[in-house]
Amino acid sequence: MHAIVIPATRGKQSVTPSATGTVWIKKFLDSRLRGNDKKRVSDNMPKTAAPKSLKGKTSLKKEQQLELYRWMVLNRAFDDKISLLYRRGLVIGAAFSSLGQEATSCASTYALNKDDIIGPMIRNSGSMLVKGMAPRDFLANYMFRVNSPTGGRDGNTHMGDLRLGMIAPVSMLGCTIALCSGFVLAARMRGEKRVALTWIGEGSTSTGEFHEDVNFAAVMKAPMVVIIENNQYAYSTPTSKQCLAERFADKAIGYGIKNAPTIDGNDALEVYETTKKAVDAARRGDGTQIIEAITFRRKGHAEHDPAKYVPKELVEYWEKNDPITRFENYLLDAGYANESWIEKLKAQCRQEVEDAEVWVNAQPQPDPATVAQGVYADQPHPAHENDDFLYKQKFH
Amino acid sequence: MAAITYIQAISDGLREEMQRDDSVFCLGQDIGVYGGAFGVTKDLITQFGEERVWDTPLSETAIIGNAIGAALYGMRPVAEMQFADFVACGFNQIVSNAAKIHYRWGPKVPMVVRLPWGGGVSGGPFHSGCMEAWFFNVPGLKLVCPSTPTDAKGLIKAAIRDDNPVLYFEHKHLYRLPKVKEEVPEGDYVTPIGTARIAREGKHATIITYGIMVHYSVEAAETLAKEGVEVEVIDLRSLRPFDKEAVLASVRKTSRAMLVTEATITGSITGEFAALISDAAFEHLDAPIKRVGALDTPIPYAPPLEQAMLPDVKKIETALRELLAY
Ligand SMILES: Cc1ncc(C[n+]2csc(CCOP(=O)(O)OP(=O)(O)O)c2C)c(N)n1
Ligand SMILES: [Mg+2]
Repeated sequence: MHAIVIPATRGKQSVTPSATGTVWIKKFLDSRLRGNDKKRVSDNMPKTAAPKSLKGKTSLKKEQQLELYRWMVLNRAFDDKISLLYRRGLVIGAAFSSLGQEATSCASTYALNKDDIIGPMIRNSGSMLVKGMAPRDFLANYMFRVNSPTGGRDGNTHMGDLRLGMIAPVSMLGCTIALCSGFVLAARMRGEKRVALTWIGEGSTSTGEFHEDVNFAAVMKAPMVVIIENNQYAYSTPTSKQCLAERFADKAIGYGIKNAPTIDGNDALEVYETTKKAVDAARRGDGTQIIEAITFRRKGHAEHDPAKYVPKELVEYWEKNDPITRFENYLLDAGYANESWIEKLKAQCRQEVEDAEVWVNAQPQPDPATVAQGVYADQPHPAHENDDFLYKQKFH
Repeated sequence: MAAITYIQAISDGLREEMQRDDSVFCLGQDIGVYGGAFGVTKDLITQFGEERVWDTPLSETAIIGNAIGAALYGMRPVAEMQFADFVACGFNQIVSNAAKIHYRWGPKVPMVVRLPWGGGVSGGPFHSGCMEAWFFNVPGLKLVCPSTPTDAKGLIKAAIRDDNPVLYFEHKHLYRLPKVKEEVPEGDYVTPIGTARIAREGKHATIITYGIMVHYSVEAAETLAKEGVEVEVIDLRSLRPFDKEAVLASVRKTSRAMLVTEATITGSITGEFAALISDAAFEHLDAPIKRVGALDTPIPYAPPLEQAMLPDVKKIETALRELLAY
């Protein structure tokens, strides 16, 4: 974890929970029409003003809140860097942004223990950072360097690290859920109380894989939390063309998963609290949990996509509902931070990413002579040649 | 030691591995209390408990996906497909996840998927398939297909001990076939993956085959032996990796090669062997390479149709005569 300098406290000493967040999400849900109404675009347009701050009811101490805020800032700095490098042709293939979704990744992962595992998706770069992936290793993967988790064999967020408890995603949406449950079920056989946290886009809940894997996990009482990240688009497809259920979390009913909440995914503290509760329940033996987090994909599907199909006013609305700005306002109101501390922190995070880039640029690209090495475990992966953890020991 | 059936050999191998290593466990539909659709996992649950014998929901992709997750943790899961045909519903996790994990980011994926496979039992279009070719094209997977009780046991053990995802094709027509019963070696042994076996020695032609076709090919060879022709039969046992040297050595010796598969012939694995032989032993050949397989149709249900579709001893014998007469 990064050392974090706590700013001198000014203004109010304690935070009174405001109802803004709760009221907003309720109105948001009420305003959504059911069914495949043709006017779906405006259906998704919330009728209430975007909340400015957070609900603010949390068990996190001030230091922890600031640390979480820092992860979100770093997440954004990292994603901004990826976009920039993509435009300069230095990141190739696909580049995904989680702009505006930092809370759903960072705040949920913040609720985990060290031994817990994550199964991130393309928009969960924040979760990987929080779980311990160094920005430079992450960037090195995007920039296909030898010294990266896949050593140039897979791109973007498609990387994992078992030491950090991180299972690499594959493109086939939904597939990670079963790996996560299998992992923690195996841990349970060894008497360990590990919990898995994974995310799935609202669009991906339409796959058979999602259905089979969540049902299986529920039956096996796998200690796993699945966050449905409802950012309202799946590539160009809006939610009304994805599913007719009022809430994506309603799918939980079919699996016998009780009390699956739909929450304000841009309220970092609400994401944290809800995830923490679910993680605790899973760890206690209450089985698989589902949470739907409402958020918004503020960029195209990937960097190549200008997302002309998304109405401007919708993007503008969600720019006002930015999870980082809201967190900031909350911290300022609470007197936990001041403007200059925030500016300094942002500059620090940008610098951390700059430093990562400098390091990555000095790393070699993979040697073509290694292309066939390690298709089978009889040979080590070229990027992990001397990795005792992977090749000599068992995980447990 | 008494002779045992092919199915008994698989069960024994599984049980012994579960006893030897507590990271080995089984998962699948109806495999616990019921003992499996064919009874391969019979009584395992009484011995090892439901902790290590999971009766799962009807969910092939989830079974395979969870096996991968458990393997990443360091377990050695053995997943059962009730019939090999249903692996179509779990295909994605095998080819997109299991096969590529080590190459992509390093972890080992020590898991086995058991696939009761093959025709000849009037199972119809959805319970008789030979789908090894679907996976033959996938780097990162290993494919084994024992034809005898000895290898059924030796290969299930080797598959479980292997650090890669292994697809274990077990021929369900062989399960209880009395004539394949045999004594298996005493004690602990494995059949190394990637090694072929000479099922019958000969010098006038070579049949390269696997699965139940090994037995049909040997039978056809015995018929010709009465006429003084000695045909060698190579039982591949492993398809990926396969034993290149054993195949080439035999063809160099006999100068005539025939591939026999139970699968539909077009796009079957036989083409790969024909290419290998023509590349590496062309100058040794006295005749074009011959191939025998099933017709290019789905597998029909009615016995007369199924028999017309699948290769059998007679068809192999006819093709052999053509090969020898060239
Ligand atoms: C099984 C599968 N089908 C299609 C795709 C191509 N694809 C990648 S992301 C995506 C949209 C996913 O939308 P959603 O699940 O809502 O996640 P989001 O991108 O919004 O985070 C599609 C169609 C894929 N990767 N996998
Ligand atoms: Mg989406």
